[in-house]
Amino acid sequence: MDLIAQIEAEQVAALGKDLPDFKAGDTVRVGYKVTEGTRTRVQNYEGVCIARKNGEGIAGSFTVRKISFGEGVERVFPLHSTNIDSITVVRRGKVRRAKLYYLRARRGKSARIAEQTNYKSKAAPAGAEA
Amino acid sequence: MAIRSGVIAKKVGMTRLFMDDGKQIPVTVLQLDELQVVAQRTAEKDGYSAVQLGAGAAKAKRTSQAMRGHFAVSKVAPKRKVAEFRVAPENLIPVGEEITADHYFEGQFVDVSGTSIGKGFAGAMKRHNFSGLRASHGVSISHRSHGSTGQCQDPGKVFKGKKMAGHMGAARVTTQNLQVVRTDADRGLIMVKGAVPGSKGGWVTIRDAVKKPLPDNVILPAALKSAAEEAKRLAEEAAAAAEAEAKAAEEAAAAEQAAAEEAALKEAEADIASDATGDADAAREKKEGEE
Repeated sequence: MDLIAQIEAEQVAALGKDLPDFKAGDTVRVGYKVTEGTRTRVQNYEGVCIARKNGEGIAGSFTVRKISFGEGVERVFPLHSTNIDSITVVRRGKVRRAKLYYLRARRGKSARIAEQTNYKSKAAPAGAEA
Repeated sequence: MAIRSGVIAKKVGMTRLFMDDGKQIPVTVLQLDELQVVAQRTAEKDGYSAVQLGAGAAKAKRTSQAMRGHFAVSKVAPKRKVAEFRVAPENLIPVGEEITADHYFEGQFVDVSGTSIGKGFAGAMKRHNFSGLRASHGVSISHRSHGSTGQCQDPGKVFKGKKMAGHMGAARVTTQNLQVVRTDADRGLIMVKGAVPGSKGGWVTIRDAVKKPLPDNVILPAALKSAAEEAKRLAEEAAAAAEAEAKAAEEAAAAEQAAAEEAALKEAEADIASDATGDADAAREKKEGEE
């Protein structure tokens, strides 16, 4: 392992984030820490994950899209950000693309994603998460 | 003017650090690799004072005869990169000393110099950020040209220093006021915020920032490995001494307690003896119980 990869692995370990297994198409709820003046609170942002970028490493990020008051909103979160309080998977989507940018051009019925009912976790054995 | 030595480092690459306050900082990782003082320049001998540092391990058979002789004089292993740093006479470092990454502290500002990545022969648009010519309106096969280079019959020449196409990059570049974010003396790592000239694996020199006042808590003349080892040894000795003292105190306390117990035992015995001369077994039992 080269030195940069080693430093990044150490930092990932030091941050100690418990990341759920999710991919593009899944609906996720991100608890994001917001500082207002002096006190911080956790703000939830729920939407469809339309892209995962740069793997699981320190540079990884994901994009969450939702329709807010009739307007499409997208937020990009760094996977290992210390501002992220929690990531929870609300719904597993069934998609055939890694990047769901086509959703930007769609509204309403055509922007729906079918649910994957027989989801199997990659890490845990089958049935462990169901 | 208390200029102290800089260091030679190898650019390892870039990554990011997440801070507790949620900020992420792009950092360049620089590594000190067997950084040793190779020679000294003194005012008496050379007319100026400086230290010559060497970094990286070079194969002896691939080092020139002249450089082999130079390294042999200072009794250090052959180095890949050698560079000189002007220092104040009081900040000269003995030959053979190794400098560690503690030379800089977190939050300090430094200047980093290196050789930028070569771009070859580059046009005026890339080299000097010219706008180029228009895409249409009669422009023909010169969309990326620089355009006019001067005036008319008077002056009738192109002024010297006119920005034109030419060789770009592969030049010495200094990036000033980069902040040190983290240091790791064990692995010889210095992480500075932002980008540093040159490619990965290239050599750069790090100096205290010239455009910031020198901080008071910098280590003079330099953070040396020998000093770190000496400090560690002293700390270990102190720890050992403290431990020995603690042990001695414990032993003394134990002895005292034993003495006290014995005294109590004797007293009890005397009591029993005065109470009843017979029944020695009961007395022994009591003795044991008290112990």
